[in-house]
Amino acid sequence: MKKYKFQLLSLFGALMLLTSCGNNNGQNTSSGALNSSAAEKVYVAPGEHDEFYAFMSGGYSGNLTVYGLPSGRMFKEIPVFSQFPTSGYGYSEETKPMLETSHGFVPWDDSHHPDISQTNGELDGRWIFINGNNTPRIARISLSTFETEEIIEVPNSAGNHSSSFVTENTEYVVAGTRFSVPIPQRDMPINEYKGNFKGSLSFISVDPEHGHMDIKFQIIMPGFNYDLSHPGRGKSHGWFFFTTYNTEEANSLQEVNSSQNDKDFIAAINWKKIEAYVNNGGGIKVPANYAHNVYDESTHSATSMMKKEVLTVNPLDVPGAVFFLPTPKSPHGCDVDPSGEYIIGNGKLSADLTVHSFDRMLAAIEAKKFDGEAYGIPILKFEDVLAGTVKSGGLGPLHTEFDGKGNAYTTFFISSEVVKWKLGTWEVIDRKPTYYSVGHIMVPGGNSRKPFGKYAVALNKITKDRYLPVGPEMEHSAQIYDISGEKMELLYDFPTHGEPHYAAGIPASILAPKSKKLYRLDENKHPYAVTSPDQARVERKGNEVHIYMSTIRSHFTPDNIEGVKVGDKVYFHITNHEQDFDVPHGFAMIGQNTSELLIMPGQTKSSLWEPKQVGVWPFYCTDFCSALHQEMQGYVRVSPANSDIELSWSLDGD
Amino acid sequence: MNNIIKASFLLALGLLISCGGKEEKQKEKIQIGQKTNVETKKETPVSNEVPASKRITLENKGVGKITSLTLDATIDNAMVERGAALFKTNCTACHKTTKRFIGPNPTGILERRSPEWIMNMILDPKLMTEEDQCAKDLLVEFNGAAMANQNLTEQQARDILEYFRTLK
Repeated sequence: MKKYKFQLLSLFGALMLLTSCGNNNGQNTSSGALNSSAAEKVYVAPGEHDEFYAFMSGGYSGNLTVYGLPSGRMFKEIPVFSQFPTSGYGYSEETKPMLETSHGFVPWDDSHHPDISQTNGELDGRWIFINGNNTPRIARISLSTFETEEIIEVPNSAGNHSSSFVTENTEYVVAGTRFSVPIPQRDMPINEYKGNFKGSLSFISVDPEHGHMDIKFQIIMPGFNYDLSHPGRGKSHGWFFFTTYNTEEANSLQEVNSSQNDKDFIAAINWKKIEAYVNNGGGIKVPANYAHNVYDESTHSATSMMKKEVLTVNPLDVPGAVFFLPTPKSPHGCDVDPSGEYIIGNGKLSADLTVHSFDRMLAAIEAKKFDGEAYGIPILKFEDVLAGTVKSGGLGPLHTEFDGKGNAYTTFFISSEVVKWKLGTWEVIDRKPTYYSVGHIMVPGGNSRKPFGKYAVALNKITKDRYLPVGPEMEHSAQIYDISGEKMELLYDFPTHGEPHYAAGIPASILAPKSKKLYRLDENKHPYAVTSPDQARVERKGNEVHIYMSTIRSHFTPDNIEGVKVGDKVYFHITNHEQDFDVPHGFAMIGQNTSELLIMPGQTKSSLWEPKQVGVWPFYCTDFCSALHQEMQGYVRVSPANSDIELSWSLDGD
Repeated sequence: MNNIIKASFLLALGLLISCGGKEEKQKEKIQIGQKTNVETKKETPVSNEVPASKRITLENKGVGKITSLTLDATIDNAMVERGAALFKTNCTACHKTTKRFIGPNPTGILERRSPEWIMNMILDPKLMTEEDQCAKDLLVEFNGAAMANQNLTEQQARDILEYFRTLK
């Protein structure tokens, strides 16, 4: 044990020395190495808990993973937009509706930017939202069950990328389109993009009590690419800021053709003004077709319904609500500091960061100091809204987070580094390399009024030699930095699942106490639940067979079923009668063309089996539940389609 | 080896079930598995001690938060009603009042166990099977099937206890 610890320490020691090589402050490192140990800072002893939760988007996994900080240990993968055979999400009868869209059942997406709900600009830990980028959707995940509760499709959108960020009191979760498209969709030549395609910015209201989402309005903007966004906060609450690129409106070879303009825009949206306009009957209702899928915790079931209408707003109809702030070089991240004063445009093809001032923006609007217009939307003068420029010397700034102590942390993709700089003076305080090609950075609460500025996690795009090689495909690498001191300190590397784009962190003290441990059996309202084993039964409706089954360590009731025939559709509805924390039961049926079920205590889940062959076929529990887990199984007898064997079921002969 | 025993046991179990079933013609096949079944049926403990389920341990209050409990002379019917409902939802998957099942039959339990022991067993079966000898022996006697903690409140467990008083 001791030896192991020593090895760890020396390893980290070596690592620290290596990293300090890249520093421009050699004199500081010797004392730094003496009074701190990176290994100790990330070590969470067996049985101890981490200080923060970190929710990492899963990127092309379509899901959301939960990690602990500072340890970098992964606790859970929450299925969101992708079928997840581990739990049966998207396979079970109850959760299949979650993945319905206007394109039918879409079992996958590309999840990007998780954001935790806020009250008064501070993390409140009720829900976390995340966007599906490919088939535009926004999901809401409960932070007591850590399960996806709701998914709403976003019509008139494509490449749902400047999403899913919440306003200061979670009035709205906002979704903007990265790829402009014809609105409404229609058959037209692609090269007539310019002037004809549009970009929609959707404001999705969030019910304060239940979190239910509803598209309140969509602003139909010029056909630019709306890349990222963040809400105003504090004094800028009521505004929302979106970066744009491809203001050239190129429709091909955008790698070159979207980078011609020296400046693109940050779109500043006064959503409170538009909300008032809409509340007074403004806007145009247009036909649409989009899915709204809601999971009900008491019935353990989701329903999907198609919505047929959406309210659109032409920005020209609401004067004074939308402005463009010129911002150099195809800005990517759009970040607002905790005070709400500074709006940072991370010009990804630039070396510098552009920081706009909210106060100066208001003054320029007041004075009507416009520098032209784009499709009728006023463009403010760059010099009039600029607060300052951070001359970092890095290349390819992408994203910025804040520590709540007046500092900002910006990632530089091309030069692979995190740069710490000071708000207001714009001076660079520190820079540390990342390994390699960092995308987002996350400070818990780093995009709220109250960041918890102890750690920063860099989410790297390229892994290369950081871990043992595992063939051409590797997990992406995250790096955690201690940012509590003047200089950042790289503490640890850990692999992440899929491709985490953004992440959201929150103190464990906010979430852990309210994390649900089980579902109460006496609150189970699932229509196929059995709340006591004497209700267990099998019913036939034509060729549908419904098996109402209960389970507890370590048997199924019933476990012998006869009278099922080839060609039947057999539904297993299984209720877990355990009422103890962490005693799920699994269920799997031989030859079933779907996944297993993993059923939490007090929960009911259903699985479809369509037997194709005569015989006696076993099912079993897949989750090692007790010393008698191996005995937890049963049989279904399948007779020929024309058999007259009656339906019967039993457990131990009863 | 172990698997063979398990398989034959299950086979025997399956055959037993079909005994009570609808298909008489399968009866003959029962004979095949009958031999292994004879052994499993008896459940005689290795020692000649009284099995834990039959043992009378009224002095033992068990281990847990219930240290003293006095029962009223009269049975509270409202509690019995609640207790019976709770028992049905939370316990009948493993306990039947007509026979030994996954766990022991609670009928007549108050002649064998103290009220405190019963409450402690319901409220924290894990602690009991770790620290109480009688609970430990029951676990062994009942095939290692650990009792599930159903997260009942003290009042709910007390209602079930009252219901048990009516099972004689």
